[in-house]
Amino acid sequence: MITKTAPIRSDKKPFEILTREDYSPVTYMLEVHHPQMARAAQPGQFVIVMSHATGERIPLTIADFDREKGTITLVIQAVGKTTMEMQQSCQVGTVLYGIAGPMGIPSHVSSAKKVVCVGGGLGVAPVYPQARAQKENGAYVIGVLGFRNKDLVFWEDKFRAICDELIICTDDGSAGIKGFVTDGIKQAIAKHPDIDEVVAIGPPVMMKASAQATRAAGIKTMVSLNPIMVDGTGMCGGCRVKVGESVKFACVDGPDFDGHQVDFDDLMVRLKRYKEEERVATERWSESCRMNGSPMATAA
Amino acid sequence: MAKKRTVRTIHQERTPVRELDPLIRARNFEEVNCGYTELEAIRESERCLFCPDPKCIAGCPVSVNIPDFIQKLGERDYRGAYDVITATNLLPAVCGRVCPQENQCEGVCTVGETLVSVAIGRMERFIGDLAITNGWINKPYIQPSRSTNGAPFKIGIVGSGPSGMACAADMAKAGCDVTVFEAFHEAGGVLRYGIPDFRLPNTVVDAEIEKLKQLGVKFECNVLVGRLFTIEQMIEEEGFHAVFIGTGAGYPTMLGIPGDSLNGVLSANELLTRCNLMRARDFPNVDTPLPLGKHVVVVGAGNTAMDALRVSKRLGAESVTCVYRRSKTECPARAEEVHHAEQEGIEFHWLSNPVEILSDGDGSVRAIRCIRMELGAPDDSGRRRPVPVPGSEFEIETDEVVYAIGTNANPIIGQTSKLKLNKRGYIETDNKLMTSIAGVFAGGDIVTGAATVIEAMGAGRKAARGMKAYLGIRDVGPIHRGATGDGRATSLFGIDAREHNFTRVRVAQ
Ligand SMILES: Cc1cc2nc3c(=O)[nH]c(=O)nc-3n(C[C@H](O)[C@H](O)[C@H](O)COP(=O)(O)OP(=O)(O)OC[C@H]3O[C@@H](n4cnc5c(N)ncnc54)[C@H](O)[C@@H]3O)c2cc1C
Ligand SMILES: Cc1cc2nc3c(=O)[nH]c(=O)nc-3n(C[C@H](O)[C@H](O)[C@H](O)COP(=O)(O)OP(=O)(O)OC[C@H]3O[C@@H](n4cnc5c(N)ncnc54)[C@H](O)[C@@H]3O)c2cc1C
Ligand code: SF4
Ligand code: FES
Repeated sequence: MITKTAPIRSDKKPFEILTREDYSPVTYMLEVHHPQMARAAQPGQFVIVMSHATGERIPLTIADFDREKGTITLVIQAVGKTTMEMQQSCQVGTVLYGIAGPMGIPSHVSSAKKVVCVGGGLGVAPVYPQARAQKENGAYVIGVLGFRNKDLVFWEDKFRAICDELIICTDDGSAGIKGFVTDGIKQAIAKHPDIDEVVAIGPPVMMKASAQATRAAGIKTMVSLNPIMVDGTGMCGGCRVKVGESVKFACVDGPDFDGHQVDFDDLMVRLKRYKEEERVATERWSESCRMNGSPMATAA
Repeated sequence: MAKKRTVRTIHQERTPVRELDPLIRARNFEEVNCGYTELEAIRESERCLFCPDPKCIAGCPVSVNIPDFIQKLGERDYRGAYDVITATNLLPAVCGRVCPQENQCEGVCTVGETLVSVAIGRMERFIGDLAITNGWINKPYIQPSRSTNGAPFKIGIVGSGPSGMACAADMAKAGCDVTVFEAFHEAGGVLRYGIPDFRLPNTVVDAEIEKLKQLGVKFECNVLVGRLFTIEQMIEEEGFHAVFIGTGAGYPTMLGIPGDSLNGVLSANELLTRCNLMRARDFPNVDTPLPLGKHVVVVGAGNTAMDALRVSKRLGAESVTCVYRRSKTECPARAEEVHHAEQEGIEFHWLSNPVEILSDGDGSVRAIRCIRMELGAPDDSGRRRPVPVPGSEFEIETDEVVYAIGTNANPIIGQTSKLKLNKRGYIETDNKLMTSIAGVFAGGDIVTGAATVIEAMGAGRKAARGMKAYLGIRDVGPIHRGATGDGRATSLFGIDAREHNFTRVRVAQ
């Protein structure tokens, strides 16, 4: 893992990237200078980032914040045009075009005594601040993290430092237990009958499965939804999700909701809305990288 | 000659304005209304009767001295006309384009009783555009104002829509240190993200914002107030002496009928934001996508609906249909926009109400089912209430349904502060527009609910007056207006010229 850090200067630019770390070929971490945001950020909140003037506004969870250093940390998976392009362009010393936030209602850190914090794929980083807040609140924290294989594992040490127990799950068993996070959840429930709450963040299928896994035992399960967003301020309604009988805007009414109430199938269908355009954008971008002989093109 | 005897003979016909050809313009985003030329504006100015008791002024939400500016226009004293308008209206180039004049000044104009009323809006736009071309920023004399520690008062404005812009301008002119905070990455509010270029070009909004910058107003975009810092923190920790909240009413309403969440159903705000603010119409040269339906149905018939309809047409939809539950007479959009939409080939289904959106079986829209309505007895708003005609359901094939049926209060400020809100989530204020927190004012759509640009601007200025009174800054306007009965002609940007003899002034850079 290579960490690049900018030399310490007092004249940091707004939205400057101070540190970057690559966790895997598709996952990278950016530590961004934004003292006001670092002061305001709370677990469960996210930002809307624009990497350049003609870019898209994309939501990213505040995976960590350091109020003293005045930075926020984003952990990003390169899944499409914008996130792949940022993987290439967001180097230490460069600046993001815009960051707005912290958006969303902060996670409610309940008085739960025993909590399972589940992170899968791009949900691993976002669940970290919640796990830490639970720990600080005096809860017994069990971490369950899912990765495809050993090479993709990151932040294990960060989680170990704040979890009382940590279960790593990989699809191929190359690290921790073989299986999905739901297997980890089941293992935790079997061992601890007194779990008060589960917090699950990750791709919708994973959150859906996690909510299923806890439904029978009736354990309160909070999920953090990731619908497609534009403004993040409650203005467009693009992020609307079905929760129980009502329609909620994830950016201002969430993003945390009761997993047993969420209509995940609806969410998954809505996430496909721009599939064709996303494909076009990604292909076009990869093509332009090839033309420029950029090394990242193959990774895309 | 006119049948009715008037004091002098005027041109019977309203001077027409050049417009782009409907067939060509429906494919681009260029401004439809080309505006008056100098000669056309002068000809139109000759139609004004200069009524001794001008009804138009009373019809204008901010009481622009309309006959006065028309007279100056007619005398080719354009700069003078500009000064008259900007004494009360800070955004003539914007308002000339987007005000619903037919319900305001032009709706009550005396000429309109027998002929078509004087084209006040078009003349206002002519002057506003001329000011932009010539760079008249009305270099104002800024009244110095000092807080107790000797530094200028620090004013925070939340939201950069017309209400925020107006309040910012007035406070800057009162010598305050003004910062506007905007959640988006670009300033302008609805003028930027909502109203499309073919009605209000971005260059006009840019020019108005540039004028504010020249008055010393600072803009900070990407700042979501409430979440990055709260209103209370602005006052208690960040040293703002007063704050104005003009965050608009942008939370879109969905219909709440089956099929609401299908792909291809979206709010007009989403469509317009993607198209205007994010420039998705240039996708894939920009990154924000905007997949377009071939057959678009827009529900609603206000200005937002007209914009959604005409944007869809320009993006290349084969058919674009408006569905509205009342009749054309009740339609709340500006008359000119409905007229333009019709010219551009938009279909209208008046007296029709959606009951269900039908799926293609794969999560996307296939059709919209509507029911015919008829007008019954008048409701609270005085408009005749539409009632469904039993058994009259029909379907329209469509792959994209856009809701333009109104918006609610944005919840963020309410979620993050102790401000008193009313039942519907709008901010409560006193008659000076001060909220439940001392020093915090609010105005525009977040107080009244969705209204108009000119009303938002008027609210911003009213709040500025309240703010000045609250801070103890002397408001000189009323004194001079009172003394001469008409101080406007001798005032520069609302500040009486004679006041300069008595007050130490500095000139804005
Ligand atoms: C509240 C919230 C927090 C998020 N936090 C993170 C985070 O911390 N780290 C991270 O890597 N990603 C996060 N995401 C997802 C991230 O926003 C998307 O991956 C990103 O917008 C994809 O943009 P793109 O142009 O690279 O890919 P696109 O080409 O636009 O899309 C590629 C794939 O990503 C999916 N996708 C597109 N937009 C979203 C979206 N908004 N949410 C989920 N999937 C999407 C598409 O369905 C598609 O399959 C978050 C999303 C939300 C709503
Ligand atoms: C599509 C459309 C067409 C219209 N057409 C017309 C027309 O032709 N004529 C007419 O007179 N009126 C029209 N209107 C109505 C008119 O635009 C509004 O009444 C007017 O803009 C309201 O101004 P405002 O200052 O209250 O708020 P807005 O213009 O809504 O601006 C509010 C601003 O505050 C920002 N904001 C919100 N929350 C926060 C926060 N927490 N922190 C920081 N910033 C925040 C928003 O991003 C936005 O930029 C139209 C409206 C729409 C949507
Ligand atoms: S009411 Fe009409 S005619 Fe009379 S002053 Fe106003 S614009 Fe002129
Ligand atoms: S992202 Fe637009 S309303 Fe939530």
